[in-house]
Amino acid sequence: MKHYFTILSHELRMLLVSASTYITAVLFLALMGYLFVILIEMYTKSAQDTPPAAVYFQLFWLPVWFMVPLLTMRCLSEERRLGTLETLLTAPVTTAEVVLAKFSAAYLLYLALWLSTGGFFLILHRFADDAQFLDSGPLLGGFVFIAVSGLMFVAIGVFASSLSGNQAVAAIISFVLIGLFVFGPWLALNKIAFLNLESMQGTRAALDYLQVFHHLDDFTRGILDTREMLIYLSGTTLALIFSVFSVEAKLLHS
Amino acid sequence: MSETSPAIEVRNLVKTYGRITAVNQVSFSVARGEIIGFLGPNGAGKSTTMRILTGYLPATSGTALVCGLSVASQADAVKRCIGYMPENNPLPEDMRVSEYLFYRGRLKNLARGRLSARLDDVLELCDLKRVRHRIIGTLSKGFRQRVGIAEAVLAEPPVIIMDEPTIGLDPHQIQLVRELIGQLRGRMAVIISSHILPEIELTCDRALIINQGRIVAAGTPAQLRREVIGRSRYELELAGDAAALPALLAAVDPALTVSPGAGPDASGFHHLILSTPREDDLGEALLGALAADGRFRLRSLSRTQPSLEEVFLAATRRSWDTVDNAAGRK
Repeated sequence: MKHYFTILSHELRMLLVSASTYITAVLFLALMGYLFVILIEMYTKSAQDTPPAAVYFQLFWLPVWFMVPLLTMRCLSEERRLGTLETLLTAPVTTAEVVLAKFSAAYLLYLALWLSTGGFFLILHRFADDAQFLDSGPLLGGFVFIAVSGLMFVAIGVFASSLSGNQAVAAIISFVLIGLFVFGPWLALNKIAFLNLESMQGTRAALDYLQVFHHLDDFTRGILDTREMLIYLSGTTLALIFSVFSVEAKLLHS
Repeated sequence: MSETSPAIEVRNLVKTYGRITAVNQVSFSVARGEIIGFLGPNGAGKSTTMRILTGYLPATSGTALVCGLSVASQADAVKRCIGYMPENNPLPEDMRVSEYLFYRGRLKNLARGRLSARLDDVLELCDLKRVRHRIIGTLSKGFRQRVGIAEAVLAEPPVIIMDEPTIGLDPHQIQLVRELIGQLRGRMAVIISSHILPEIELTCDRALIINQGRIVAAGTPAQLRREVIGRSRYELELAGDAAALPALLAAVDPALTVSPGAGPDASGFHHLILSTPREDDLGEALLGALAADGRFRLRSLSRTQPSLEEVFLAATRRSWDTVDNAAGRK
């Protein structure tokens, strides 16, 4: 792992000088700002049971679904398209170092973007001066959820990027994979009739356990369930291992 | 890594892609400090062999050793011995020249302190000082190529592998690159692939001609000429009775054969080509015999060297014939 930090700092630097990073950031912040404004309007019209932070994080899937593919589509497919993957991998570095460093860079950017939306709550607190708007519990829980689930979503994006030399294809693959993970279990439980059979009890339990929105509820309520964290951590590991395999398999067959 | 082992040793290397055999039983070795040219038509297996040597592609069978280290089992150590410039010289578009070289130097385990001094040396060597702060994407092809070469020699590896370093350059730039490669002679073993032959002839100590994944000829350009063409040729311009010539020539060397060139021009001179398997220079003897004989007037006589191009064409044609014959026998 000698070169991990060299590649990581290089990747971060390249992200910071590239225009697409800023376009993604602006789109993301504009979308989240808009959602936040709608949310506040809702709260001013009538009293709600849940704190605004909990509702705000309920909408996490919308930016994640679009932003993660945008952030990660470049990382490996661009290198493959330009051919710089060949120069990179013929330097004394391992494929694992390259994949991990690229993943870390994208993940740090992802976190930074989400953390900057914490500013919305600060502004609200400053001007509304109402403690119920800045309930730190759900806010903190929500950010922890974003940080933990983000690991896996970004890893899925990196994996998708390792599959193709075309950024658009990579983006579409990660869009589909993330969509499947976020909505798949819920759709399966509600739409597939034969899962209601007695014998499918085990499958139902497994799918239920995978429901992302349940995890989010738990986190915002302050329940940090290690089993739920384990899903994301193992998913991240698996996606990254597959990315390494995918890069190396491409070497074998290119 | 022992100092005595050859820089590169390849034995019976085979690489297949599905049913296509890209490299077929290739064996060669490169001494330390030697410059080797890798010649072959497109798709002959040059790039594949180079990629196997860098550890980027695994071989199907056979052994490849770089500085005595096995490419298959000691890939990490081998990567440290090699400076590699891939085909088409891929470079990141949005970095500055010095930034890129610094990053590559860090990846190649150069310490920060040594790296900045080394960076200055390399920029000087490749004449890149003027553009060190330019963005690579805005550089002309000649500069980009030199950035690639600078990158390959940066860590002073004992082996440099360059896949078509002069492709797409103008003659002036080709000359610069050639001089650059010449400066590495003796310090680093260099393998360059090309299908531009005069360039190989001028730069390389030895050439390997590869076709259909097999090495069809190897040696210094002079050896290749002897081995593949096997005949010395003389061109002369002569006026007089051409029919009397063979008898006169037989006195000089019985093996000399005459092939008629262009017929008599306005002033009555024939253009003739003589060829012989003899290797020592017959120029003086020919000149003496022709000048002594009153029937002939000689305007010019020269010994022509077959160009490497002819050698290359002959060698590849010969290998096609072998392949065809082998196929015919089946």
